Amino acid sequence: MSEQRYTNPPARFERPSAGSLLILVAFVAFLAWSISAAGISVPELLTGLPNMAKIASEMVPPATDRIVPMMHSVLVTFQMALVGTLIGILVSLPLAVLMSRNHTPHATVRSVIRSLVSFIRTTPDLAWALFFVASVGLGPFAGTLTLVMDTIGFCARFFAESIEEVDDGPPEALAAIGASRLSVIVCATLPMAMPSLVNTGLFALEKAVRSSVVLGLVGAGGIGAELATSMELFRFDQAATIILTIFLLVLGVEKVSSRARMSLLKKRQ
Amino acid sequence: MLEATYKPAGDTALRVRGLSKRFEGAAAPVWSDISFDIPHGQRVAIIGGNGAGKSTLLRCCMRLIEPDAGEVFFGDRSLSGLRGRELAKARARVGFVFQKHNLVSRLSVLTNVLHGGMAWARTPRMWFHGIATDEHRNYALHCLERVKLGHLCERRADELSGGQSQRVAIARALMQKPKMIFADEPVASLDPQAGEDVMQVFSDLACDESLTLLFVTHHLEHALRYADRVLGLQDFRLGLDASSDSLSARQLRGMYE
Repeated sequence: MSEQRYTNPPARFERPSAGSLLILVAFVAFLAWSISAAGISVPELLTGLPNMAKIASEMVPPATDRIVPMMHSVLVTFQMALVGTLIGILVSLPLAVLMSRNHTPHATVRSVIRSLVSFIRTTPDLAWALFFVASVGLGPFAGTLTLVMDTIGFCARFFAESIEEVDDGPPEALAAIGASRLSVIVCATLPMAMPSLVNTGLFALEKAVRSSVVLGLVGAGGIGAELATSMELFRFDQAATIILTIFLLVLGVEKVSSRARMSLLKKRQ
Repeated sequence: MLEATYKPAGDTALRVRGLSKRFEGAAAPVWSDISFDIPHGQRVAIIGGNGAGKSTLLRCCMRLIEPDAGEVFFGDRSLSGLRGRELAKARARVGFVFQKHNLVSRLSVLTNVLHGGMAWARTPRMWFHGIATDEHRNYALHCLERVKLGHLCERRADELSGGQSQRVAIARALMQKPKMIFADEPVASLDPQAGEDVMQVFSDLACDESLTLLFVTHHLEHALRYADRVLGLQDFRLGLDASSDSLSARQLRGMYE
């Protein structure tokens, strides 16, 4: 080992600037205020523990007396998610092409569509659900429309990024042949982006299944409505059955989409 | 330096007049005031050091990159001022073979070849071989047979070797029913044997179909063996334009000094 002593070695840590220090102090102060505003209270948590234990004990064994209508609601929930995702993907594709840097017909078109998609994405699911329940009435249609919007907000953005990442070579080759802009997109850009598009689509389906459960709570159809009713009637055993069913549904969809993703991304030898 | 000595004869397939190009922010032009004529059926090699602008010249001749000045004619037709469908129609006369093949990797070999037909049939039935007419499919298979790869028609493009990919790219260019073929360093990513095979395919097709061939290469022996004429880019201009019969490898190496 070297015995040489350096008189002026570099500092072990970078000294923060006054501005960074100020931001850090402001953040810590805001966090402390937020903890108080969030109503975090250890005594209340301790008082609530016996209630939690009581509810948990009433959940066992899960009730099976309404298993048939519950299964029907689960099926409707999945169908809402599937149809909502599919329609959302179909609408997202042209939007993604128009808002991608390499295929947009004009910078203004790109900018307008990006803003529209950002608005759709940043509006919460529950706000869309309440809007559609008020517009088209209670039931699965309002839920499906909500999932369409949710999928557009998610997929259009990620589809556009996938399209922008496609290698320029094959589209340039088709442009050199004299192919139309639509042909270049259909024959080169979309096939090249396909693994990423399918991957995003499967994530959107998983997300939609989880969201569709919550949508039922505001009357937008599906198993969430059953869950809300059971909790309001203190039928925690029925609620347990619903929660287990939701868990199995979400797990099943995740497993199937994960398997599909793996087989899709596996490079053929 | 070797001066321009080549005097073209016969009908002109490609005429380039006063072409200049400087990329935004670059201190020097890629090249300026490039002019040459290429008669029908001639095989021409473009050589020059790295950064001499060989690929840029090829792309400017197709207006895949816009030149700053000058004019390009396919036959008597100027490409300047053409837009949209008119430009696409003019480009369709030229099969362009890229260094990286540029096949659509997830599609079948037959579909990739079929895409060449979009040069003359702007129908969605050219998008995938499953929906193409029998006539178009048969012609695509014929083009694949021309490069001796008919047996691989159903294979996915990303399952081919480099040499096979480049031959499929040539078949796609043939599917265009082109008058000219431009090839940008078509053997740069291939091993020597595959490179020879690909150059032989080019040479045979140019002879059999009377195609005009313009290819960029760093292989001086290819320039001498497979080209009738050599154009050399040096010092931002056309520094060499001579018949390959009149040149030696040693003279061509001078272009890289």
